[in-house]
Amino acid sequence: MERQIVIEAEGLTKRYGHQIAVNSLNVQIYEGEVFGFLGPNGAGKTTTLLMFLGLTEPTSGRVRVIGFDPTRDPFHVKEKVGYLPENVGFYDDMDARQNLQYIARLNRIPDKISAGRIDESLKVVGLLEEVSKKVGTYSKGMRQRLGIAEVLIKEPKLIFLDEPTIGLDPDGTNRMLDLIHSLSREKNITIFLSSHLLDQVQRICDRVGIMIKGDLVAMGPIQELAKKKLGVDKEHYTLEEIYMKYFKEA
Amino acid sequence: MEDHFSSVRFLLISALIVMVGVIIASMVGMGIQEESKGMAKPTLLFLWLFTSTGKLFSFVQFIGFFGPLIGIFLGFDSINRERVSRTLSKLLSQPIYRDSVINAKFLASVAIIAIVLVAIVLIISGLGIRLIGVIPGAEEVWRLAIYIITSILYISFWLGISILFSVIFRSTATSALASLAIWIFFSFFLSLGAGFLANAIVPAGQAAVDPTLAIKKFEIQRIISHCSPITLYSEATSTILDPTRNTTNPLAFVLMGPLEKLSASRFQNPLPLLQSLIIIVPYLISIVAITFLCFGVCYLVFMRQEIRTV
Repeated sequence: MERQIVIEAEGLTKRYGHQIAVNSLNVQIYEGEVFGFLGPNGAGKTTTLLMFLGLTEPTSGRVRVIGFDPTRDPFHVKEKVGYLPENVGFYDDMDARQNLQYIARLNRIPDKISAGRIDESLKVVGLLEEVSKKVGTYSKGMRQRLGIAEVLIKEPKLIFLDEPTIGLDPDGTNRMLDLIHSLSREKNITIFLSSHLLDQVQRICDRVGIMIKGDLVAMGPIQELAKKKLGVDKEHYTLEEIYMKYFKEA
Repeated sequence: MEDHFSSVRFLLISALIVMVGVIIASMVGMGIQEESKGMAKPTLLFLWLFTSTGKLFSFVQFIGFFGPLIGIFLGFDSINRERVSRTLSKLLSQPIYRDSVINAKFLASVAIIAIVLVAIVLIISGLGIRLIGVIPGAEEVWRLAIYIITSILYISFWLGISILFSVIFRSTATSALASLAIWIFFSFFLSLGAGFLANAIVPAGQAAVDPTLAIKKFEIQRIISHCSPITLYSEATSTILDPTRNTTNPLAFVLMGPLEKLSASRFQNPLPLLQSLIIIVPYLISIVAITFLCFGVCYLVFMRQEIRTV
C-alpha cells in the first residue's frame, strides 16, 4: 500500500552568515505517522521546523509540505498545518475560550463553527472545566495542553510540535504523550515532533531522525536503527544507546 | 486586531487629554467672554478657543507638545510585546499575511488617535459654544477639520517611530526610551542646536554689522528647525487655525520698513480658507511624507526580520 507523502525535503539548507544551521536535509514524512526529530540543542531542529512552515526562507533546496511550497505559498501551508512553538505564549489577560476564538478568527473560521470546535478541542485536551479562568493563571502543563487545543482548532492534517514536554512534571508529560498518540491514531493527524527527551520519543514515535550539527545522521524506525548500530542479537535496547552512539561518531 | 479600548493605557491617555482639554476650553472660554464683553464679536472668534493661550498654553500647543507622547504610548511595545510573550511566532504561523500584522497594529492605533482627537475637539467646541455663545460657521468647521487631519497625521508619525523601535528592539523598555529620546531631541535640542549651528556659520558679531548676513543667519536657523516635525506641525496648525497669519515666515515682519508696514496694515483682514491652505500645503506634504516614510521603513524591517522563537 502506497502511503501519501506529507513532507518532502530535498537538499534543504539554511546558512546564517558562514554558519550552517541545516546542511542539505533530505527527508520524507508519510501520512499518519509520528516522526521524532532528535538532536542536541542548537542542532538546527527549530530552524528546520521554521523552514517547513515558511517562517524562514531556506538558503537552498526544495521542500513541499502537504503539496505546497512553504516559501512561495505559506498561506496554504499554514491553513492546514498546526505549529506549537517551544514555550508557546498566550494572551494572558484573556481566558482559554477567548484565546482560541482569536486564533479561530485569524483562520477565518466563522464564529458559529468555531464555538463547537473550541469546546471539542478543549475536551480533547481536558481543559473544559478551566475554560473561564484567565490563561495567566494556568500551570505550565495546562498552557502546553491549551497550545495543542489551539492547534486543533484549524483541524490540521499535520502538526509540528517543538519540545512539547519540556519542563512538564511526570504526570503532565504522560498526559501530553497520550494526547499526541491519540491524535495520531484516532484523527490520523501526522505528527512531527522535535525533542531531545529520548525515552519519551521512543514511547510514541514510529520513526525517528537524528540531527547533529545541521546534518541528518540517521533516519528510520527505531528497531532498524538498533539493528544497524547495536547489532541484531541485542534484545533490549534504548533509543538513548543508539543516539549516544551516533552522537559520539559525529 | 488589538483591543486598545479595554486597556488601562488607553483610559489614562484619554482621561489626561479630556481633562486638559476641558480645563483649557473653560479657561480660554471665560477669558474670551471677559474680553469681548460689550464689543462686537470679531470674525472667526470661535477658533480662538483652540489657539489662544489663556494662562497656560493653548490647546494647539498642548497637542503639538504632548501629541507625540500619545503616539509613542500607543506604539512602543506593539511588536516586541508579542515577541516577549511568545505569541508572535504563533500569530505568524496562522494563515495570515505577515504584513497584515504590522498594518493592523498601525491602523488600529491610528483609529484610536482619530477617535480621541475628534472627541476632544467636539468637547471643547461644545463647551466653547456654551461659554462664548458663538456658533462656528462653515469656514471655521473646515479649518478645524483640516486641523484634526493634520494632527492625526502628526501623531501617526510618532506612532510610526515607536512601532519601528518596537520592531528593532527586543525589550519594551528600550523601545520606549528610544522613542522618548527622539521626542526630546526634536522638542528641545533641535531648536537650541539650530541657534548654535547658525551662530557657528555666521558669527553674531558679523551679523550685527551686516544686515544681509543677519538674514542669512536667520534663514539657516529656520531651515534647521524645519527638520523637526514638531516645528512643521506647529507652524501648519497655527496658520490654519489663525487666519490673520498670512505667512509662516517671521522675517516678513522683521524686515519691513515703515512704508511696508503701513501697506501691510491695510491687509489685516483674515485670509480666506483657500489662501491659508496654500500657505500650509508644503508643511502638510512634509508631514505626510515623513509619516509614510517612517511606516515604510517599519514595514520593510518587519518583513525582513527573522522570526526566531528564542
